[in-house]
Amino acid sequence: MSLAVPNHLSVIELELKRQTKMRGVYSLTIFVALVLFIILGFETANEANSGGFLQGFSQLLDFPIDIIKMSFDAGWGWFYLLVEYFPALMETIHMAILATFIGFVGAVVVSLLASQNLVKNTTAVSLMRRVMDFSRAFPELVIAMVLLFLMGKSAVPALIAIAFHTVGALGKLFSEVNENADMKAVEGLTANGANWFQQVRYGIIPHVLPNYLSYGLLRLEINVRASTILGFVGAGGIGEQLTANIQWTYGADVTAIFVLLIVTIIALDYLSRWLRGKLIASGASVVG
Amino acid sequence: MASSKREIENKIYREFSHIIYPSWRKKVIPLGIVAIGLLYLGYVFSFFDMYNIGKRWNTERASFFALDSYAHKVHVQSYWKNPLKLKVTLEGSRFETYDPYPEWVTGSKNENKRIDFGDDGYLVLLDNKVVMHWTDGVPITVTRPVNGKLGIQSLEDLPDYVRVTKNKINVRPSLYSRVQFYKTKIVIHRYFNGWEYFFFDFQSPLANHGFFDTLRFVFLDKRLDPKMSNLSFAWNEFLYNGLWLHKEVYVALFQTIFMAVLGTLIAAVFGLPMAFMAAYNVTPFGSVRFILRRLFDTLRGIDMLIWSLIFIRAFGMGPFSGILAIGVTDTGTLGKLMSESIENIDKKEMEGVKSTGANNLQQNRFGILPQILPIFISQTLYYLESNTRGAIVVGAMGAGGIGLQFLGSLQTGKDWENVAYISLVVLITVVVIDILSAKARRKLIG
Repeated sequence: MSLAVPNHLSVIELELKRQTKMRGVYSLTIFVALVLFIILGFETANEANSGGFLQGFSQLLDFPIDIIKMSFDAGWGWFYLLVEYFPALMETIHMAILATFIGFVGAVVVSLLASQNLVKNTTAVSLMRRVMDFSRAFPELVIAMVLLFLMGKSAVPALIAIAFHTVGALGKLFSEVNENADMKAVEGLTANGANWFQQVRYGIIPHVLPNYLSYGLLRLEINVRASTILGFVGAGGIGEQLTANIQWTYGADVTAIFVLLIVTIIALDYLSRWLRGKLIASGASVVG
Repeated sequence: MASSKREIENKIYREFSHIIYPSWRKKVIPLGIVAIGLLYLGYVFSFFDMYNIGKRWNTERASFFALDSYAHKVHVQSYWKNPLKLKVTLEGSRFETYDPYPEWVTGSKNENKRIDFGDDGYLVLLDNKVVMHWTDGVPITVTRPVNGKLGIQSLEDLPDYVRVTKNKINVRPSLYSRVQFYKTKIVIHRYFNGWEYFFFDFQSPLANHGFFDTLRFVFLDKRLDPKMSNLSFAWNEFLYNGLWLHKEVYVALFQTIFMAVLGTLIAAVFGLPMAFMAAYNVTPFGSVRFILRRLFDTLRGIDMLIWSLIFIRAFGMGPFSGILAIGVTDTGTLGKLMSESIENIDKKEMEGVKSTGANNLQQNRFGILPQILPIFISQTLYYLESNTRGAIVVGAMGAGGIGLQFLGSLQTGKDWENVAYISLVVLITVVVIDILSAKARRKLIG
């Protein structure tokens, strides 16, 4: 045999084989554990559920088929429903835009104070960060339900809740943008004797504004969904109409609202992607 | 050829004139956009009647609920028929009656009763009238109703914390004390800070003992209940606390976390293979890719909440519907994200694996999977984080869990300490999961 394998190499090979095998065993164990967890979890959840999986599964398509049938029964009147629910949709969109705007302004202020490169006082910075953490941690629904209880059913409590959550969510992103901003412009302004506001206004804002707006647009998309959801608990708008119609099983109305919502979400998705693309392009020219 | 100063000026003018003298379009369009934006915001402001936001806000109600969320109140109630017969209860509950009276209610069987309000003053109940001695004013006397009309007298003008209406007199000298007189009864509230009976409820034999007393009891050899050890007795008493419902809250919390974890897992298990099938460098069939892409869009586009409404219709209320809603929505999101990152991988690794004679499956397994696995796991963790919040919301809509508990305790509207307790539990859970997942992600990304 011309190709005699040296002893130590065969040891290495054996070791490699053993390790590969062990890895296979580990992966298999993790996989089996995950599958078991999913199956057991399904069982547990199935028991806790008021309806079971198997009988539910056969009913899964009942509701969608029912409402689609009802929509066909409605005939041309279905298109009129689109017009009828349009004002409610607009209310939800107004709610989202105003809440995003208020949250955006709040987030800009908070994030400027929470950026280490702009504020030298570390306690102030960490305090502002805690404020952002706090407002981000609460789901909108929790704040909205408490405020709805205190202020009565209207869009305003929901608006405040979304704006509050937005301050935290956007503030965190904005402060990261601020901290990554090029500080040379600020240094130049400081050398010219600019005060803090002037440094921020002329040194930071022009750099970061495109990023701010791009994050703001993303948030707007999320907030449209959130304001729909808050309609479910009494904030008005299209969400309220949707729950009511689902409860009454007015199929044609339900599909009309679904179509309005999905079209809005998709349209917003495309619009914000297009605008963000433009903003990032212009942002690049500003920064570069 | 040296250019003259004039020439340079001309050149600068030609090159930069659009900056120095911007066209009217460049001046007007941004201004116009800002103006339209401001007009729109003004319109929306008036649309939601934001100017009158102050009117909606009811400070008294809010401060009352705020107080109720960290303090508990003890009711003292008696009827004008016999004002000396008092009933002292916790939060007006039928089952939590103080017997004997707490030490701030003095006077035995048929004597006049004296009720102390700490720093606010005290009041004396006589058999036909009540005399209130608030620290900051002269005594106020309310007498037994004659012909259905309550009598009230004071040596001076009534202070403004006394409100007299046709059927009721409401006296609230501070947030912590309140006396209400009706035609038939007298209701006295005194507030104390703190969550009372948080660990053991009113009926429990362990209630009203300090921490060390309870600790000593736990390690006592003599058993209170012969069937179980003292530790498990105390644990049971804690779990089945009738006022705070700890067991329900923690079971609900577990359900919510469970919904989030299982939903995310399902999305991960289904999303990854589907992402492979939707990536152009793995699947050569355009039609399959197209169908999967549109499927991802649909799953994503229909919101998690709408999915949960559909599933609740089919499978009934409960965590199962919530799990499916989360799983279905995130299959779409994860599928889209992962198929994009599969398309963006470095091709060289795959070519390397191919050159060793690996088949298609092996190429994907060893050429692609190692590259996208860190991204995949960190994205999954990120979605786990956001799904915890999502599970709370979906739960409140009918899928059960802590969201539904929260909604329930809010809608009963009287136990604001329960609302505060559940929101605290929610807050801590969200923060802990955020921190854990951020740590795990940082470790994975390196």
